[in-house]
Amino acid sequence: MAKATILRVNGKKVSVSVSPETPLLYVLRNDLGERGPRFGCGLAQCGACTVQVDGQAVRSCVAPLSAVSGKSVTTLGGLAGDYAQRRKQPSDTLHPVQAAFIEQQATQCGYCVNGWIMTAAAFLDKKPGASDAEIHVALSGLKCRCGSHMSMLRAVRLASANMAAAS
Amino acid sequence: MSAHGGGVSRRDFLTATGGLFVSIAVPSAAVAAANTATVAGVAWPTKIATDQLDSWLWVGADGKVTAAVGKIDAGMGIATSFAQIVAEELDVAFDAVTIQMGDTATTPDQRGTGSSNGIIDGGSVLRNASAEARTALLAIAAGRLNVPAGQLMTANGEVSVIGAPERRLSYGELIGSKRFDVKMSGSAKPKDPRQYRLVGKPVPRKDVELKITAKYDYMVDFKLRGMLHARVIRPPQANARFVSYDTKQKLTGLLNVVVRGDFVAVVCTREEQAIEASRLLRLKWSTPAPMFSSSYDALYKRLRDTKPDATSENLKTGDPFGAFAAATTRLDVFYEYPFQSHACMGPACAVADVGTGHARVWMGGQKPYPLRKAIAQLAGLSVEHVRVSWLPGPGSYGMNDADDAALDAALISKEVGKPVRLQYSRADATGWDPKGPPSAIHMRGAIDDTGEAILYDFESHGYSGRVRPSGTDTFGDGLSAQLIGGYKANSSNLFQLPSEGYKFANKRRAANLLDWTASLNTGLRTAHLRDPDGMATCFASECFIDELAYASKMDAVAFRLKHLSDARHKAVVNAAAEKAGWQTRMSAGKRGAGPVVTGRGIAYAPRAGTLVAIVAEVEINIDTGKLRVTRFVAAHDCGFVVNPLSLVGTVEANLIQAMSRAMFEAVQFDEHQVTSIDWTTYPIADISDVPDQIEVVIVNNFPNMKSTGAGEPATRPVAAAIGNAIFDATGVRMRRVPFTPLALKAALKAIESTTA
Repeated sequence: MAKATILRVNGKKVSVSVSPETPLLYVLRNDLGERGPRFGCGLAQCGACTVQVDGQAVRSCVAPLSAVSGKSVTTLGGLAGDYAQRRKQPSDTLHPVQAAFIEQQATQCGYCVNGWIMTAAAFLDKKPGASDAEIHVALSGLKCRCGSHMSMLRAVRLASANMAAAS
Repeated sequence: MSAHGGGVSRRDFLTATGGLFVSIAVPSAAVAAANTATVAGVAWPTKIATDQLDSWLWVGADGKVTAAVGKIDAGMGIATSFAQIVAEELDVAFDAVTIQMGDTATTPDQRGTGSSNGIIDGGSVLRNASAEARTALLAIAAGRLNVPAGQLMTANGEVSVIGAPERRLSYGELIGSKRFDVKMSGSAKPKDPRQYRLVGKPVPRKDVELKITAKYDYMVDFKLRGMLHARVIRPPQANARFVSYDTKQKLTGLLNVVVRGDFVAVVCTREEQAIEASRLLRLKWSTPAPMFSSSYDALYKRLRDTKPDATSENLKTGDPFGAFAAATTRLDVFYEYPFQSHACMGPACAVADVGTGHARVWMGGQKPYPLRKAIAQLAGLSVEHVRVSWLPGPGSYGMNDADDAALDAALISKEVGKPVRLQYSRADATGWDPKGPPSAIHMRGAIDDTGEAILYDFESHGYSGRVRPSGTDTFGDGLSAQLIGGYKANSSNLFQLPSEGYKFANKRRAANLLDWTASLNTGLRTAHLRDPDGMATCFASECFIDELAYASKMDAVAFRLKHLSDARHKAVVNAAAEKAGWQTRMSAGKRGAGPVVTGRGIAYAPRAGTLVAIVAEVEINIDTGKLRVTRFVAAHDCGFVVNPLSLVGTVEANLIQAMSRAMFEAVQFDEHQVTSIDWTTYPIADISDVPDQIEVVIVNNFPNMKSTGAGEPATRPVAAAIGNAIFDATGVRMRRVPFTPLALKAALKAIESTTA
């Protein structure tokens, strides 16, 4: 039995007894039942597995469990709750990026959408009202095979404006 | 709650037709926990009767409606459109409708999804079934209320007496949880489309919020109690034979190594262990003879120069050969289109539980119904002991790697006697998925002395897009059987021919195919990829039309309108040009002042009743060869649009994906293997590549028009529109996809040296 690694996932303290080299993605999906981060490449090339570690977007397919020991991990499933708690909003409040994605119907299959939302949310939380050029840089490298880019870009722009107005 | 999930009650209900159900198809956490290995000896209906209303539609005691359809949702939101159609026709609230799809035990076999036929086949049968149900409900209510059916009306899930609204019965009261026992007679009359209140409206998709909040149930989320995790190990070179593996090697969590011929898989307790084991297991393979061409130059030469194994000429008017021979101004060029990968966002995943008397498979592909037969063959069972259930995969664009993964998982489960989850690696997915076929297309034309274009001659040389069949009806159709050897695939000929409606005095369309069945056990076997052959043939045809226009000294839009006769064809060309603010002039055909030059191009294509015209505007940096599409305008005529919001999303996504394919995508290979195995070696469009603007003009969207499908048509003209815009901007005619900076720079340099 591997020694336990303790971390926080979506605000809850959890203890996981698997090899500390195990990529975080499999721990989140298979041991902790998280469904937001998905396996896309295992090479940190696409972003489908993105989670936030202490507010930073991290590709969980290449992050060993040991790297998040004692840290706070937020997944797409916990993003709204995390936002609501930070902003002292009702618990069913969505993160503005999520709300904008719904408003813009910004997805096709949605397999990649986790990466776009988690990356955009981490970015805009620090830089609401970001310029278009900054948004492009922040989202660069994320893959979407269905070609939902236009709608996702509209959604991130909308979220950026909404977050600037609210801050 | 998800669009594809069905209620347990409907499943119990269908039991009345002779089936027995012990497993649940909905992978919510609670249900997954209840999933246990299927008991031996179960049987599911061999066929769900398509002529019975109960097969398509069911009303619960609470009045909620479940409709079943033999289609799947590949990510374009079709479940929402289906729900709109049912709610509309049956007069129930949109939210009261759940759509069940892609389960061979509970939904009628419509072969699944393909050819952009979801709305055409699935929508029409649901419309008819709902009309039948509404008629049946009126008849039941007439008896109960003792009022002739003609004096009754339906609204919001209730039947009431016209003029006496207090005399009413809900659908739940009338039929709740009971069978209609009505044959689909075809006599029930659907509503007059002009009365639609829900169909044709921009209803937000049911799946979007679930996806955005991580509540949508994907194939990859499905878990069975006690399942093991598998990974496959593909041969390192095409045709390499498995020799041995190191049986003494200790690998964490490794339970089994499954070897059948050249099919190898590792089975472990945990997913990451299977990934590690597949990477680390020491194997010996034979060194095979080279299998593939050494380069695209060599491949296209082979396609051009090899005597074809099959030929089709689907059109010949006038005397094409004579006209070419006699003409003084001739055009004689080749267009070339590469192998392309589905490269789906998620490598295919499947879960299988195969025992001595049953096979239960969950998969993410488009055609679970034929696959059932293939699984039965693999497992040595009759079909009633096999159930295949679709769960949403990553977006799929034809015959991707999903069916292969399902067969692999079933094979492994059978070998180890336990439920198995398999997800491919990125290299398995991009390197080994069935590929869109390449083509070298010979285009010839002629201009007479008056400047009139008098010849259009199209002749393709390529591989069939059905070497790997478009549905998996037999085990041999899949990759694992081909790696094992001794199985036949139902390969068939798909001739690479364009669709267009031009009139020329002399015209011919012909296609040649080379036998490519030797590729079936390799990563270059060819299959349907979104709009099979559409992009390739339209690229050649519509760029060549531009060449003819230029040679005739005509504007590209004016030339098209002159040679088209069908009003719908002309209408999309006109609509796109008008929206784009197209200025009538000849294509510049020469480089503007650099380094950044701009241009615009148009291309159009019909596709099985749907018509699309696209204007692309581009900017090109002459120094770097870097191309960017700055704007797309698409005029889209698919007849009556069920959901304009979903349609625009689907068209936009088609344009971006097709732009990616035109600008970046060619599967790389050497003589022994596919070398495109991840997102670095098979790059696709990035956020920085997308246009500033996309405008979609919906044409011919009238309730009396038939809906003709929108899943693929907008893909077809994209490469041609961009190619034509590149010519307008630079005078360079790009006749090979993709238009990478390297290729563009080389072409710019070549034209510079010829015109200097």
